[in-house]
Parts: sequence; structure tokens; C-alpha cells
Amino acid sequence: MIDIAFTLNGTPCTVAAPPFAPLSDTLRERLGLTGTKEGCNAGDCGACTVLVDGAQACACLIPSAQAQGAEVQTVEATQGEVGAVLARLRAAFLAHGAAQCGICSPGMLMAATDLLLRNAAPDRAAVRDALGGVLCRCTGYAKVLDAVLDAAPQAAPAPEAGKAVGAGIARLDGVAKLDGTDRFGADEAPADALWLRVVRSPHASARFTLGDLEAARREWRLDAILTADDVPGLNAFGIMPALKDQPVLSDGLVRFRGEAVLGLVGTREAVMAVRDSALPITWHPLPALHGTAEASAAEAPQLHAHAPGNLLIEGKLNRGTPARDIANAEGRFTTAFVEHAYIEPEAGYAQPAPDGLGMEVFACTQAPYMDREETARVLGVAEELVRIRPSACGGGFGGKLDVSVQPLLAVAASKLNRPIRIVYSRAESMASTTKRHPASITARMSADAEGRFTSYEFDADFNTGAYASWGATVANRVPVHAGGPYRIPNLRNRARAIYTNDTPAGAFRGFGVPQAAIATESLVDDLAEQLGLDRWEIRRRNAIGRGDTTHSGQVLHASAGLPECLDALKPEWEAMLARVAAHNATSPRERLGAGIACMWYGCGNTSMSNPSRMKLTLSRDGTLTLFNGAVDIGQGSTTVMAQICADALGLPLQNFRFVLGDTSRTYDAGKTSASRQTFVSGRAAMETGLALRRRILALANAGEDAVLALEGTQLRVGAARVIDLATLDADLEAEGRYDPPTTALDENGQGTPYATYGFAAQIALVSVDTALGVTRVKRIVAAQDVGRAVNPTLVLGQIHGGIAQGLGLALMEEFIPGRTENLHDYLIPTAGDVPEIAVHLIEDPEPEGPYGAKGVGEPALVPTAPAILSAIRHATGVTMRQVPVLPHRLWEQMR
Amino acid sequence: MTAYHRPTRLEDALAIRAGADVAVLAGGTDIFPARTARAAWGDPTHKDVLDISALPGLREISETDEGWRIGCLVTWSTLIGAALPPLFDGLKAAAREVGGRQVQNRATLVGNMVTASPAGDGIPILLALDASVEIISRRGARRVAVAEFLTGYRTTALAADELVLALHVPRLHGGQGGFRKLGARHYLVISIAMTAGVIATDSAGRITSARIALGACSAVAQRLPALEAALIGVARAQATQVVQPHHLQSISPIDDIRASAAYRRDAALVLLRDLLEARA
Ligand SMILES: Cc1cc2nc3c(=O)[nH]c(=O)nc-3n(C[C@@H](O)[C@@H](O)[C@H](O)COP(=O)(O)OP(=O)(O)OC[C@H]3O[C@@H](n4cnc5c(N)ncnc54)[C@H](O)[C@@H]3O)c2cc1C
Ligand code: FES
Ligand code: FES
Repeated sequence: MIDIAFTLNGTPCTVAAPPFAPLSDTLRERLGLTGTKEGCNAGDCGACTVLVDGAQACACLIPSAQAQGAEVQTVEATQGEVGAVLARLRAAFLAHGAAQCGICSPGMLMAATDLLLRNAAPDRAAVRDALGGVLCRCTGYAKVLDAVLDAAPQAAPAPEAGKAVGAGIARLDGVAKLDGTDRFGADEAPADALWLRVVRSPHASARFTLGDLEAARREWRLDAILTADDVPGLNAFGIMPALKDQPVLSDGLVRFRGEAVLGLVGTREAVMAVRDSALPITWHPLPALHGTAEASAAEAPQLHAHAPGNLLIEGKLNRGTPARDIANAEGRFTTAFVEHAYIEPEAGYAQPAPDGLGMEVFACTQAPYMDREETARVLGVAEELVRIRPSACGGGFGGKLDVSVQPLLAVAASKLNRPIRIVYSRAESMASTTKRHPASITARMSADAEGRFTSYEFDADFNTGAYASWGATVANRVPVHAGGPYRIPNLRNRARAIYTNDTPAGAFRGFGVPQAAIATESLVDDLAEQLGLDRWEIRRRNAIGRGDTTHSGQVLHASAGLPECLDALKPEWEAMLARVAAHNATSPRERLGAGIACMWYGCGNTSMSNPSRMKLTLSRDGTLTLFNGAVDIGQGSTTVMAQICADALGLPLQNFRFVLGDTSRTYDAGKTSASRQTFVSGRAAMETGLALRRRILALANAGEDAVLALEGTQLRVGAARVIDLATLDADLEAEGRYDPPTTALDENGQGTPYATYGFAAQIALVSVDTALGVTRVKRIVAAQDVGRAVNPTLVLGQIHGGIAQGLGLALMEEFIPGRTENLHDYLIPTAGDVPEIAVHLIEDPEPEGPYGAKGVGEPALVPTAPAILSAIRHATGVTMRQVPVLPHRLWEQMR
Repeated sequence: MTAYHRPTRLEDALAIRAGADVAVLAGGTDIFPARTARAAWGDPTHKDVLDISALPGLREISETDEGWRIGCLVTWSTLIGAALPPLFDGLKAAAREVGGRQVQNRATLVGNMVTASPAGDGIPILLALDASVEIISRRGARRVAVAEFLTGYRTTALAADELVLALHVPRLHGGQGGFRKLGARHYLVISIAMTAGVIATDSAGRITSARIALGACSAVAQRLPALEAALIGVARAQATQVVQPHHLQSISPIDDIRASAAYRRDAALVLLRDLLEARA
């Protein structure tokens, strides 16, 4: 420990800190400035960007000793030139929707400040260069660049009562994301919390025995070393209701590299000082099954007693009888593990309730109610005794639907009876949490002479890794969607989820549908080529629309805007084709290509009840509070629910206060997944607003169209009536609930699995350096039927972000356990990789949805990768059936 | 506990270096990620640290009788912003492609060289610049050519008691530097392969001196003497046509997560042609 004296945000400061500790750690843990985030501690993500002597730097790479005598500025800066630039940037970020989850925002703001201090009027390329070192997984960077370039940001005016839906207002939770005060999982903990560090298996498959842990505990001055024996309840968790197959701490057999083995509890210094190799663990490595081919081989060892052949589940859809036709296409496709790469690694704390019975967990999550259920089971207590308080969530994309830190923290906190804290390292997050399922797909598709699709067959093995997680959801969702948003009378679809010794695969934006779309859209291009049809034309001819029947036999009565999406893209498609032809005529090496793809996506859980419930109170002191259990993971549900509820009630947004996603205070609004929050919880928010409105109107004996106004405790109802809330006997309270109508699927996958579907089409322009096999995406135009854009700014943000993730899936992302467990070997798109994006919002209202809205979160990602592959093929003549299309893979295919 | 030294005098630094096995730390941009990677899998131990960032006089690029001296604390950003002749254009181009601005602002060229990674973007251009390394210890000073300094995959000729004090770049009349990097994304990317070169031409536009190096295609980046020899006397505008597969006989690219060996070999040729395509 040394004393380090420096200037921090304009003020002299001295701090005692270990000289080799990263400056980011000293800022956060010793100076309490948690606005500076840590996403990797390796320089890769830029979340920790600060200014040191006026130049941007990664605080995680700077030894605290080097701060001596320096000027350090962080996102918390308010004074001087830096403060002024930051203030302007914050306003611009807010107005443009440049912060979604907000975990990257402090780094983005500091990098942008560095630029603007040197260059007051930069161009887009200069902004990109300046922000190139900060990764964002949510926004696709477009709005961030817009915000930095906007020298005079104008906030959208607050919409009046009844006009909130459809307004692109700034997110309601945005300010805290931009001034560094939002509390993510690692940003808050009781002062007396001990730390938990998890010892994880370095082997993909092994047995282990434990020696004298008590001696080790004493030697390393730990408070406890937790094993499977310390789990008070059931040492198991998992998404499927009847299959809890993953242990909190392994009981002697590990099934993947990264599986939790021991929990070290003590002071931070103590748990961090332990060398894993010095612990009394004796490993007996076993042969590991990597990939579905190995795991489904006849002689493969069985990984779970309940899963003969290592088959977790098989989903099917059969309709008609597929047969060959005039045009026939077939292919084998493979996709890789994809990492969510949210910039916030899992973190949080647990603390026993003062009554000695309950447990409170504060952590980042997408599914607080499921966390509660899982945590209670592991503790062996009633669910009501567990309170989940979601922290701000620094990105999820499906990866924070499963529990991670929650049961571990709860077990430790209950054993030691004191608060316990944990922050996953980036490598730990990547090695131990779920991924997108790798898929091996064989698919066939046929069309008649007019290019009408007649048959489709799909057979896919999804690698679900060592534990089930969301494998069953993928296997059920994929057969329903695999054929794509087209009229096809004959289908035979099968999806299997197979256990392996790889990292568990779970939920990731699209639940297997993006993988299936890569196969299907490629076959559609094959058919177009065989028939001499334009790729847009063949899609338009087959596009499913209103009145058509889906592959599961569901008639689409409304909100089926794929034809409109395609029509919206037509002019740009023509222009793109012309541009490609003109360019390629004179450029043999740098080839352009245009590509196209479509998608559909059922909103909500597949054939399952998935209700949301909300509450709204108008108290006698005049406060209006929406109790909203939907977790905002950056997509903006907090804002969207408020807009919907406000219009349903008929009061302006400014009147609202919010209680958000806290299992002890809000009702269950389900998971933030399956593109269901706007549609399902949004409808519940609408019902809630309407219910309170009915009560008010009844109380005032006013007509249905009475205009409301709230001032203090005076509630004006229509022109004539005023209710003084203070005089009421009780607060006004109303609830709303919604559960989308679905039916179970029969043994052939027939039924109504979803109440509504999102539709989209995208076209992509790429350039390929044919000598090097390098692909650059130059432009993407998206058209998406969103039912109704409740908040166009937020909808665009979702589409941009989905496209960026789809681009990563297509071109660079490949998680290999043990090899790409960091953000320099695992590549996600940077500000320089995402192209210009144009979006057409198609609004074909969904009668079930709130004000016609339906889900947008996942759909945007689905068509991007297949559109890029289609464009690569157009540019090079090569059909890529394996993603990611790394330069050497494309080069090999071109040879 | 890791001891941490941050001396302000070179003598003290050399004494510490002579007295114990310490890790030298300049910008820390290689040291910290490596430490994070080890700690993530349960090895939090670290050598004692000798932080040289407070040593005076090592952040400058100065002109000398023979050429230029680049102090060991000169960062990529300093290089980018320095007023230097076209000889250094390749080094500046490499600097702009290292990491993001945050890394460029802290990381040193010397640190990049001492790490001696096959993918170190600074190394091919140092080879092409014919740079030499000024090394100092309590035992005295010595100068070693960069090519001799780099002894293998992440190994160097630096002794445990030595520090690199500076790099020296000799003048080359009319010399023009260039650099080409290939990676799988735009920013923050580890090179799949990269080439660097320095070329001088006579008044007739014929190549009088060619020094070409290739990185990430062998354990240590290397010069390509056969190609260099073939370029001498060739008209600058014709240089790209000279590059032939047999010029790459000495390289030994590997298959890894970023690319296959066969691809690297072919890409190297393309990059070399692109490098030589560039303006004179
Ligand atoms: C996010 C990120 C992106 C990166 N991108 C790239 C890239 O695109 N291309 C690339 O080539 N590199 C890249 N790097 C690595 C690059 O930053 C380093 O190689 C850097 O140049 C090393 O300099 P440093 O001062 O930070 O070294 P340090 O980490 O301080 O030291 C590096 C090594 O050099 C030794 N050393 C340093 N100075 C001396 C000295 N004077 N005498 C003796 N030994 C010394 C140290 O002991 C250590 O072994 C990246 C790093 C990060 C974190
Ligand atoms: S935390 Fe510093 S770059 Fe990621
Ligand atoms: S907003 Fe950038 S990572 Fe979430």
C-alpha cells in the first residue's frame, strides 16, 4: 500500500492503494467512483476509459502508482472544460438513445470527450477512430456516433397526455446511465461484505476428490471454503421445470471447463491470493465429448442418467408430405458457439435478511422471478423468503436469463450469515455462462416452376453443452420457425438438443432461429438461382401474409407485414444491384455483393402460459406509481411500459413514478426474453392504466372520454369534476394482467404456439477483397413489422443492435472453450465494423398488443447473417455454409 | 505480495534490476492483460515489478548523428504525432493500427518489441528500419540489432539485469516506409499477418535499397532477403510484380484460431504486393 497523490476531476486527492492495483480498481473500490466500469481488465472493452493528463486511457491497464502526480478525469467530472464537454455529450446521448444498457456509456463519453477537446468539429470517421477502443454490444454504435456528432442536442419535448405512445422520447432511466450513478452488479455492496471467488474446473470432463480443506482454509486465511456439501437445499438449478441438472457446486464430477467446484470466502485480498493449484483438489481427467457428432456417436459415454444417447430433447413439426419438385436445393450448415459478450460480467451480492430467515440478492439479471425460484430451491426455503433486487443490467441478450452468481452468493451468505459479494472476471463469465447453441443443420427445400415453395425438410443438432439450460426452448422454437416466413405446404422439421462436455448453451437473442435462418435463406437463394428468379422476387412470391396459414397450422389473422417489408426494400434492392453491377464491371479484386433475407419470430414463450401482471397506484398525496416487474436490460422496457400505461390512463408521463423489478414490491412480469416485454408486459401495463382510469371515471361518474389532469392532490376529471385525492378513504389502486393466448402443439408440432409474430427483411451490401477473403459490410437496410413503434428511438436502437450482433455472428464470432475466453481472441464488432444502417418501420398493428405493438428485440438479429451470406455469394459466387466467415474460410472456399 | 518499485533515477532502476528478478513495466499494456489471464484461472502470483515510467528523459524522439533515437517510453501516440520523415511512415501506420487510442496513448514501441510476440505490429517495421537496440545494465551499455535482439517466440537477447534504453534508427536517404496489416475486424485486432517495408529509389525511380519484413507468419517476424535482393534495380512502379512465392520460403506460418497456415502464406504474398503497390 502506498499513498498516491493526484488530481481527480479537478480536485487534489490522496489515496492509499496497492501500487500495482489497476487504477480502475482504485477509483472504484477505494475512492467509490463506480462510474468507471470494468468489463475485461485487459484493455479490450474500453469500459474503463478515463482521461489521464488529458488523453484517453484504459484505467484497467494503469498501475495505480502511475497516477502519482497525474490529472485523472472520470465520467463523474463536472468541472472545467471536461465537465462542459461531458454535459453536452450527456444531453446528446440521451436525445439520440445512445445509451441502452449504459455499461459502455462512461467509456464512450470519456473517449468522445478526449476527441472533442482536441477537435471540436470532427467528422464521422474521426469519431469512429476515437471510439474504436470502446466496445458496445447494445447499440450497434450508430446512435453513439450520431450523438457525438450532434453539437447542439435537442431533447424531444415531453408528450402531452394521451400522446406518449409513438413518441421517441428519451429513456426515463437514461440520466443515471450517463452520469455514472446507475448501479450495476459490481457497483454496490454492503461495507462489511466478504468476497466470494469460485474455483472452477480447468477440465471439460473429470472427477475430483478433495483433501484437507480446513487446513487450506487456515493456510490461506479464508473464512470458508464451500463445497457441494454446503448447499443447504437442492444442489441443482436449471431452466426446465422438471429438470434441474446443473449443480451449484460440483459434487465430484465436472462436465465442462469452467464448472464451479469450490467457493472461497474471505476478504478480497485473501480470496484473490489463493493459487488454485495449491488447493487440495485431485483431478482425474476423463475423455471429453466435444460437439454433437462425438456426443451422439453410438459408443459415446452417457453424460446424464436421464439422457440416453445424450439426447436432451427433440422438437418436431410435420405438415403434409415433402417431395421433390422442379427446383430442389439442399445443404449442410454449421454455426459456432456465440458468446453474449455483454460488457458487464456477472456481479452482485447477497445478504441475509435481518430476521435471520430471508435472503436478499442484488445482481444483474433478466429474470428476477426465476432467480427467486432457483435461489429458494438451492437454499431449501420458501420462495417468499428470497428477495431479488435486480441491479442495472449491463447487457443480457439471453445470457442473464439463467442464474449465475445468485445461488452461489445465497449459499455463501447463508452459511456465513453475512453479506457476500462477487464479481466475475471476464474469463470466468465467458467460460462458465451460457452461449448460443452451435448447430449442425441439414436442410432441403423445393419449389415449383413458378418459384412457389412446395416442400421443406430440416434436421438440426444443437449442442446444448453440459447442462440443459434453454436447450428445450431452442428445440421447440426452431421447428416452428425453421422454414422461414413463407407459405410452404409440406414440411418435416426436426431439432435435437444434445448434451456434450462443452460450455452450456442457453438463450441468446433468437433461441436457435438465427441459426436456422442461415440455412433456409441460403436454400432460398439456391432455388432462385435454379429458377432464374431475382432473390427479392422469389421471397416476395412466397412471403407469408395476412390470412395465410403458418407451418404449425395457425392462421395469421392480423399483423403480418412481411409483404410490406419487402415492398419497402424493393427500390433500394434495385439500386443496390445496379451499384454492384457497375462497380464489379471494373473491379476484379474488390467485389461488391448484395444480399437479402427474411425472418419471422413468435413473440412470447412457445405454447406456454407466460403472463405479466402490473400495478398502478394513485395515492392520497397525489403520487402516481407504476409497479413494473419487467426488467429493463437496456432495451427500454421501463420507458415503453410507462408510455403505454400513461396513454391508457390518460395522464402525462411526468406524473408517473416507478417501482421497478423487485420481487418483494412488484408483480411478476415474466422474463425479459422471447421479445415478450413490449407485447405481453406492455399489454399488462395498458390493462393496468385502463383499470385505474375506469375506477377514476366511476368515482367521478364521468364519461369515457373525460380528460384527466393531476396537480398535487387535485385530480381533474373532465371539465366539470375535481377529485381531491387527500379526502379519499384509501389510495386508488388498479391491476392489469395479460397472458397471450396460445395452444399446445400436438405431436406434429401443430397448434398456435404464439399469439403474434414479428416479421422483417433486410438487404445487405458487402465488399469482399477476393485476394484476402476479407468481407466488409457497407450498408444494411432493414424493414421490420413492429406492429406499432411505441418509442421509435428505442425501436431503432434494438434494430441497430440486433444488426451488429448478426454481423458478428456472420463474420467474426466464434467461442472456443479454453481458447477464446477473452475479448481479444473472441471478437465482437467495433465502431469500425458496423455499416451505415437504414430502417423502415412497418406498422401493421397487432390487435392483441398494446396499441398494436409487438416484440422487436430478437427479430432484428435474425435476417442479418443470412443477408450478409447472400451478399458474399453475390460478390464471389461462393456459398458459405459455415459461420463465422473468417477471412481464411472464405479464401479457402474461393480457391 | 508483489513488491513494486518506481524509481526516478536510472541508477536505482539498474540496481533493482541487478538485485532481483523483476518484471519491467512501461505502459503496462502487455503486463496487465497477461496478469488478468493468469489470475482468471487461479494463478494470482506475479513477479516483483520495476515500473520505469518515472525515469526521466526517455519519452523523447531525438535526432542524432546517425539518425534518430527513440526513448524507451515513447508511446505509439507520440510516434503518430512526431514530425518525422517519410522513412517513418510505416512505423506511424503501424502505430495507428495498434489497439485503440487508449492503448496507443500508453503503450510503448519498446515494450511491444520486448514482448516479442509474433503478432507484435511494431516488430516488422523495426526490422525494415534496420533499427538497433540500446541496452544498459550496471555492467555497461551495448547495442544490438533488432534482428539479433529477437531470438524466438516471445524471447529476446535481453539479460535479466538489463533494460532497453532506446531504439536507434539509421538515416536512409530518400527512404520511404510502409505497413500493411490484416485482421478480422476494424479496430482492436491482433494481426493475422502484417508486412512492413522501407524502400529508397534513385533519381530515375529505380530501387536502390529495399528492406522488407513479414510478421505473424513465423515464430519471429523476419526480413525477406531474397525478395529484397530481387527488388534492387527494379523500377519502383514495377515493384509489385517482383513478389513471388519462393521469396517466402523461409516463413513457417501456423494454423490457429485466427487463420490457417495456407491462408497466411497466400495472404502474405498479397500483403507484400499491396505494400509495394503503395506510392513511392
Ligand atoms: C487492447 C489492446 C490492444 C492491443 N493491440 C495491439 C495491436 O494491435 N498490435 C500490437 O502489436 N500490439 C497490441 N497490443 C499490445 C501492445 O499494446 C503492447 O505490445 C505494447 O506496445 C507494449 O508496450 P507497454 O509499454 O505497454 O509494455 P509493458 O506491458 O509495460 O511491457 C511489455 C514487455 O516489455 C518489457 N519492457 C517494456 N519496456 C522495457 C524496457 N525499457 N526494457 C526492458 N524491458 C521492457 C516488459 O517487461 C514486458 O515484458 C494491444 C494491447 C491491448 C491491451
Ligand atoms: S475493463 Fe479496461 S478495457 Fe475492459
Ligand atoms: S449500451 Fe453499450 S454496451 Fe450496452
